[in-house]
Amino acid sequence: MTADGEAAAADVRALGGAAGAGPHPYDHLLRSERLPTIWCPGCGIGTAVGALIYGFEQAAIPKEKRVIVGGIGCSSRIVFYAKTDAYHTTHGRTIPYATGVKLANPSLAVVVFAGDGDLFAIGGNHFIHAARRNMDLLVVCINNFNYGMTGGQGGPTTPAGALSTTTPYGNAEFPFNLPELAAAAGATYVARWTTLDVRRLRRTFAEVLVRHGFRFVEVLAPCPVSFGKTNKIGSGVEEMEYYRSLEVLKSRVESTEVPKTNIELGKPIIVGTFVDREGETFRDRYARVVAKARGESS
Amino acid sequence: MTTAAQNLVLAPVWDRPKTGTHFLSGDHACAEGAVYAVCRFFAGYPITPATEIAELLSERLPEIGGQYIQMEDEIASMAAILGASVAGAKSMTATSGPGFSLMMENLGLGYMTEVPTVVVDVQRGGPSTGLPTSVGQQDMMQARFGPHGDFTSIAFSPQSPQEAFALTVHAFNVAERLRTPVLLMMDEVVGHMHERVVIPPPGEIPLVGRPRPTVPPKEYRTYRPGPDLVPPMALAGEGYDVLFTGLTHDETGQAVTTYEAQKALVPRLREKILKNREVYERVGLYKTDDATTLVVAYGITARSARRAVDLGREKGLRLGLFRPISVWPFPAEKLRSFRNVSRIVVAEINLGQIVLEVRRIAGPYAEVIHVGNPGGEVLSPETILEACLSPPGARP
Repeated sequence: MTADGEAAAADVRALGGAAGAGPHPYDHLLRSERLPTIWCPGCGIGTAVGALIYGFEQAAIPKEKRVIVGGIGCSSRIVFYAKTDAYHTTHGRTIPYATGVKLANPSLAVVVFAGDGDLFAIGGNHFIHAARRNMDLLVVCINNFNYGMTGGQGGPTTPAGALSTTTPYGNAEFPFNLPELAAAAGATYVARWTTLDVRRLRRTFAEVLVRHGFRFVEVLAPCPVSFGKTNKIGSGVEEMEYYRSLEVLKSRVESTEVPKTNIELGKPIIVGTFVDREGETFRDRYARVVAKARGESS
Repeated sequence: MTTAAQNLVLAPVWDRPKTGTHFLSGDHACAEGAVYAVCRFFAGYPITPATEIAELLSERLPEIGGQYIQMEDEIASMAAILGASVAGAKSMTATSGPGFSLMMENLGLGYMTEVPTVVVDVQRGGPSTGLPTSVGQQDMMQARFGPHGDFTSIAFSPQSPQEAFALTVHAFNVAERLRTPVLLMMDEVVGHMHERVVIPPPGEIPLVGRPRPTVPPKEYRTYRPGPDLVPPMALAGEGYDVLFTGLTHDETGQAVTTYEAQKALVPRLREKILKNREVYERVGLYKTDDATTLVVAYGITARSARRAVDLGREKGLRLGLFRPISVWPFPAEKLRSFRNVSRIVVAEINLGQIVLEVRRIAGPYAEVIHVGNPGGEVLSPETILEACLSPPGARP
């Protein structure tokens, strides 16, 4: 068994399960009556969902305090499988909805879990404003470079020149560089992993779930049925191999300058933790507003 | 723990409402109504003529332990008030026509997922940017049919700052009681006019909370309705693993996109409103006992209509005023109860909206005519009286 394999088996034992036998250790954390999921074979979303649930457990967030807000798209279907308080909202509006939840009850660990189209096309404005406010949210973006649920249309993260059902001659647009966008807008934590980096992804979630402020984790995920097929990357496994061969780790940067994280077809993919800084949150600052309104010294 | 880190649901009410007699605009009276109703969360975006509601609440909410947040647009505002409500805070937003249009999709999510909240539309002249600083009553059909799909909305229309205060409190009570968004359809004149407003002591107007689960989490189903068709509401963070979706769903909240699931859900969303009229229905009547002609008017237009009734009575006409305070669902049975009426004049600052509903209800037994304008001016009593005096068949 490889070192990672042994560590994975240890994870399973730590969660009370026996590797390879008995019920799945996550069963009580899933709406198992709803399984199997709607996700296609080779899709990366399930891996990210598993990592998030693991992160909740590792961070020891009480089960009743876990809230997931999803939008519209494949990724947002997490709400039907993860056994937490779960809100499946309108397309693009996860972040303001989650903002309301968090402000009404700050004791909740509120996670926005949505796709690249949801968060950065129709919902892009909400993303930058929540980052600007340093709102207490963990935003997880499953980036599969296209609109999977509607059958593989191009979107704000589709690489230039890439094929999709609406860019049949190659994408004429440039994609957003999500880590740079998040950092520039004011996010206090920014990381990117692929679904190949399962253990790093788990550790990241476990670490950031207990932090405050606006935290952003981009997860590059295979979409073999749409993006992978159209761009001749191949199956889910082959898309993972694509990541493996191109991934370059540039983690824990000392400065707040984000490395060149733009994504181009066939070019290296930079992964890592790019921003990790302290900053006053919206709620920190609003506490001072409250004190002033009530005539107290802040 | 910092003060703002408090759970808004559990936080104490630090300040009492401003009990006493005040000179307030309709917008400010509405904001004070929200404070009286213990609204704990306001999300909004500046827009004339509703901005003063946000301004006053940005001052008042931190005083009473609530949360004000200015969002990046009205879409976000509507989403945020739903989010705050599912976590247990009474919530509200306020806007005008252009913003109201932007709120429609998330308002529909509110109807579909049965989230109590209050949306105020201080109407101005439209369509589009229209007349930002002038009056309109042109969003009344949008208040009924704005979001896509089938549902039934509840909307109130105040005729004065005092009533803006009272109906804001009522709107919160109705929203909570029936687990639904409730619309307060004000207009620019009521929003900006200043009048005497009496704010009663706390407790004088009872406050109503949402129905809450009475079963343990294992037995709880997010959308199992009570006998009144309203499902008890568990909040985020209470251990019920609630599941909300705008997709058609079953009692557990799980998405089930079948005809059967649609048939079980969507008619109930309508029925729970229509079968609980006593919770929200309010009508104002003036000199209707012996009336043979009724003026139907709401909001600021009802003030002109009342004067028109007096002017008509001076001329010996048997005029009366029927004022739907709850405009949606329209108080149809109440209107039909005036069977001696042969003519109904619907006065409203639009080119014909509520008149369509009145004609549907009373058309079979009365001549229903419309008097209005395209927005920008209040209808004068004389204009309304003239419509009452017009010969039969002379007006549309």
